[in-house]
Amino acid sequence: MPLAPGTSHTSDFAGRSWSEAWTEGRDTPGDCIPPSMVAPPSPPPPPPDPQFVLRGARSAVHALHFCGGAQGQGHPLLLSGQGRDLRMHVWDLAEGRNAIVDSVCLESVGFCRGSVLACGPQRWMLAMPGKGGDEVQILEMPSKTSVCSLKPEAEARPGMPMCLQLWQADSSPLPLLLAGYEDGSVALWDVSARKVCSRVACHEEPVMGLDFDSQKARGVSGSAEKALAVWSLDEQRALQVHGTHQLTNPGVADVRIRPDHRLLATAGWDHRIRVFHWRTMKPLAVLAFHSAAVHCLAFATDGLLAAGSGDQRISVWSLYPRM
Amino acid sequence: MVDLDFSRAFTVNSRMDPVLSTVRLTVREAVHTLSSSEDGGCIFSTLGSLKRYLGETENPALPEEQEEFARIHFSTFLRCLVGKLSPDWLELLPDGQLEELWASFFLEGPADQAFLVLMEAIEGAASKVVGLPDHLGNRLQRENLAGFFPQNYFPLLGEELLQALHVVVESLRGGLDCSVSFLSQVLGKACVHGRQKELLGVLVPRLTALTQGSCLWQRVCWRLVERVPDRAMEAVLTGLVEAASGPEVLSWLLGNLVMKSKKAQFVMTQKLLFLQYRYTTPVLRSLLGYLAMDSQRRPLLIQALKELLETWGSSSAIRRAPLAQQHYISKAILVCLAHLGEAELQDCRDELLASLMAGVQSHLDSSLPAVRRLGMIVAEVASAQIHPEGPPLRFQYEEDELTRELLALATPQPAADSPSEAGPPVAPVTAETTNEEMVSSGGPQAQPEGSDSELDSDDEFVPYDMSGDTELRSSKAPVYVRDCVEALTTSENWERWEATLRALEGLIFRSPAATQEVSVELAKVLLHLEEKTGVAGFEALRQRALVAVTVTDPVRVAEYLTTQFYALNYSLRQRMDILDVLTLAAQELSRPGRRQKPPQRGPPGPGPQPGSPATPAWQAVVEERIRSKTRRVSKGSAGQGPAADPNKFNSVAGYFFFPLIQLFDRPLVTFDLLGDDQLVLGRLVHTLGALMYLSVNTMVAVPMGKALLEFVWALRFHGDIYVRQGLLSAVSSVLLSVPAERLLADLPDELLEAQSWLADVAQKDPDEDCRTLAIKALLLLEKLRDKLLPPPPP
Repeated sequence: MPLAPGTSHTSDFAGRSWSEAWTEGRDTPGDCIPPSMVAPPSPPPPPPDPQFVLRGARSAVHALHFCGGAQGQGHPLLLSGQGRDLRMHVWDLAEGRNAIVDSVCLESVGFCRGSVLACGPQRWMLAMPGKGGDEVQILEMPSKTSVCSLKPEAEARPGMPMCLQLWQADSSPLPLLLAGYEDGSVALWDVSARKVCSRVACHEEPVMGLDFDSQKARGVSGSAEKALAVWSLDEQRALQVHGTHQLTNPGVADVRIRPDHRLLATAGWDHRIRVFHWRTMKPLAVLAFHSAAVHCLAFATDGLLAAGSGDQRISVWSLYPRM
Repeated sequence: MVDLDFSRAFTVNSRMDPVLSTVRLTVREAVHTLSSSEDGGCIFSTLGSLKRYLGETENPALPEEQEEFARIHFSTFLRCLVGKLSPDWLELLPDGQLEELWASFFLEGPADQAFLVLMEAIEGAASKVVGLPDHLGNRLQRENLAGFFPQNYFPLLGEELLQALHVVVESLRGGLDCSVSFLSQVLGKACVHGRQKELLGVLVPRLTALTQGSCLWQRVCWRLVERVPDRAMEAVLTGLVEAASGPEVLSWLLGNLVMKSKKAQFVMTQKLLFLQYRYTTPVLRSLLGYLAMDSQRRPLLIQALKELLETWGSSSAIRRAPLAQQHYISKAILVCLAHLGEAELQDCRDELLASLMAGVQSHLDSSLPAVRRLGMIVAEVASAQIHPEGPPLRFQYEEDELTRELLALATPQPAADSPSEAGPPVAPVTAETTNEEMVSSGGPQAQPEGSDSELDSDDEFVPYDMSGDTELRSSKAPVYVRDCVEALTTSENWERWEATLRALEGLIFRSPAATQEVSVELAKVLLHLEEKTGVAGFEALRQRALVAVTVTDPVRVAEYLTTQFYALNYSLRQRMDILDVLTLAAQELSRPGRRQKPPQRGPPGPGPQPGSPATPAWQAVVEERIRSKTRRVSKGSAGQGPAADPNKFNSVAGYFFFPLIQLFDRPLVTFDLLGDDQLVLGRLVHTLGALMYLSVNTMVAVPMGKALLEFVWALRFHGDIYVRQGLLSAVSSVLLSVPAERLLADLPDELLEAQSWLADVAQKDPDEDCRTLAIKALLLLEKLRDKLLPPPPP
């Protein structure tokens, strides 16, 4: 199974308080052409350069998260991502700290990242791969009490969970979990009922990353193959494949929808970040900056995009900045 | 004329001499009076005296005399009368007395003769009308008036014709019969005079407007064209077809003329399609569209298509007809096909398919790319139309102006360009509805989400340039040339194979010494290399690598390649690859100042010692210098340019050239240059010409030139155009590359033979390029002679 190389390493940093040591000023506003000023018939503008490049991780970057300054104030921030030591750490990042507060023991080594859902003040729900290779475990944090374990039906054989996303529908407080599996299928779990609401085969290869837009009830997933799959969720909580979008090179490590639901970014094994118009899936940009596979992406609430790559760098981009 | 009549009168009527002589005398006298007298009274009385012979007066002549007059003298006399007719003459007596008398002869005499004379007179008048500008021009020379210049006169004539037609239409409306014969004659005559543009340029647009809404006008027009004499029909029809703005107009103007007049049918379906090819595509469209517009005429269109396809497919026509004509016929076929429906084609499908298949075969056999392309396009379109249920035929050809034009012809013209508003109103409506359908079906997903569409204006998201988004490949190419041989032959790893191919050229140029160790081996591998995966630009990569090897080790690789050219078991493609590589390598070698100084490579000079690449650099430099000096002396008038950087091709040209030229007439089991494989022969000839050209200023140019001229002589009557073009440019190469003195000293007979052949080709060859090439070669020859043999001093 072809998968992203490199050591498993978590690189975390807090909000917009970039430490000077990490930042290399590439603030060149002249390079960035505001897209609104470009007349349609003229040839397309050259792809932009990153706004910043963050170096010094000294290892491949496998997970990224923006921590909102305002609402994150005073909270210990939780970032998940298991290392090879079979542990998942809870970090305190408040006020510029970065100390491990607690850790959770994992029961299997895999490629799956955990997913966190805030359930209330100082309470989170954490989804992470469980034991047996095909289970997903739900924990309540910070107490670390196990809520449940989601085990697929025996005849389904979806393989390992590869990516997870916890979310809550606006209508009901019950948490739902979207899980992408090794066999290329995406399943929607009702966490409280511990059952699969719907499962749909999106890819031939393992699902490497997914993201869901609850506003449009539409999600996207990327896999080791050369295509993105866009699927939707109807009122009966049934998943339906909407269409696929072909890429130039195979392998998508991560997909992220911008918080304003207008852009989609994908991290490619071909070292490139691709940006699409989320509603129409029209390709907008191919950002070729990294010299190794891009492993992870994150959007800030203000639309800034960060990408972490196997070349040990994090690039930060400002694309179509109007929110 | 008069004499003839009299002599006949004598032989026929010798028995009635006395009567005859009286009548004859009277008539002769009257004719004399008429032609000489200006006196009205005298003329009046003379005419009155002759009136007796017509009877119906108080004092008629004897019946024998009357008969005599009517039979023999009447027409002569009438011609004389017609000749006198002019306004001045008629006014010699007041009140139109003379005119009345004049007319009475025509009305009261024998009608048949009067009619014939009048017809003659009309024709004469038509000639006068049309010939007027010429007459005036001849007479007045430089004093001619601008109004009588043909370019001004004929539009005026057009206006007048139109006036006359108006009168005709008006009198027809009033219930009167009218003849347009005279107008037809004038029209025909003017067109025969070559004034279609001036006359019809005025007439056709106006007639278009008039005929569009009026059946009466249409009928008058049809009649007008119908009555054009046969000998003028072609001129009128070609003029009309060119001036009409579309098939509808032609249909209004001509009606079913092609069904009524054999001549018109011949002009429209044969002459304009097969015998001429100067007309533009719109003209062709009008013509064939006209045939297609009426059910009565459609059989003619089908017939035309059959004949067109037959001509198109004839291998002899492909070989001999000028390219422009083949192009014209192809266009005509495509237009025909666009007009014909499936049902109509079904009836003669087998016949059409047979012609088509034979034609495709002959076109693809041609060595001219343009002809092959015509074959492909017509075959694609025609097979799809004639045999729609069969598998579609698809060729690969490059798109250009020409192919786009042809393909555009294959789609039926939209009704929009018809000049009439009265055109079928159905077409635009249906077009609109389909548009709407397309729009609505285009974005079904876009509509349900109206809620956020105002938030989400796509316009501001202008895509960035994504041209750099190509497939990622990992470069694992070998670092040493020697490893490339292995990587290209044994590698199961296609990525490595591809990376090797991409890196090879650079690698060869970076390490020439290492390349020389494996040069032949590498050339062999490259020559046999087959495209395993869809590598973009595979052919170019392979060729560049082969050229690089050849340039790096010219003698051995050229020897290898030239022997392989005549070896068994190669495909034509490979043989042509060999020729291309040799040409490109020769070009590279002969390029002055190419790359840096040659790296420490054994000089490829006299007696190249294979396997001694360790010659020190200084030695190479010295030898190089000595060689260039020596050459200078021995050559006499050496050029000044290449002294600084000697032509590397000099010492190896023979290795490239002679092995290729020696064996062309020995057929192998799989390869017969003088037989079916004429395409390769053409390439060979071109290659030899190029090698000759690149050998300018080399020692070996003289024997090469001699061999090449002999080769050309042997093949000079070859039937293939591409081969002949190669031969002609080869002659030019010889003239350019071999020093002039040596040409005249060593090859005088060959030159003389070549000259007569060139003169012949320049005049008679059907291909335009061949003629041009021959003329160029002749000019070179001329220049050469002028240079060497200055005109004897006075």
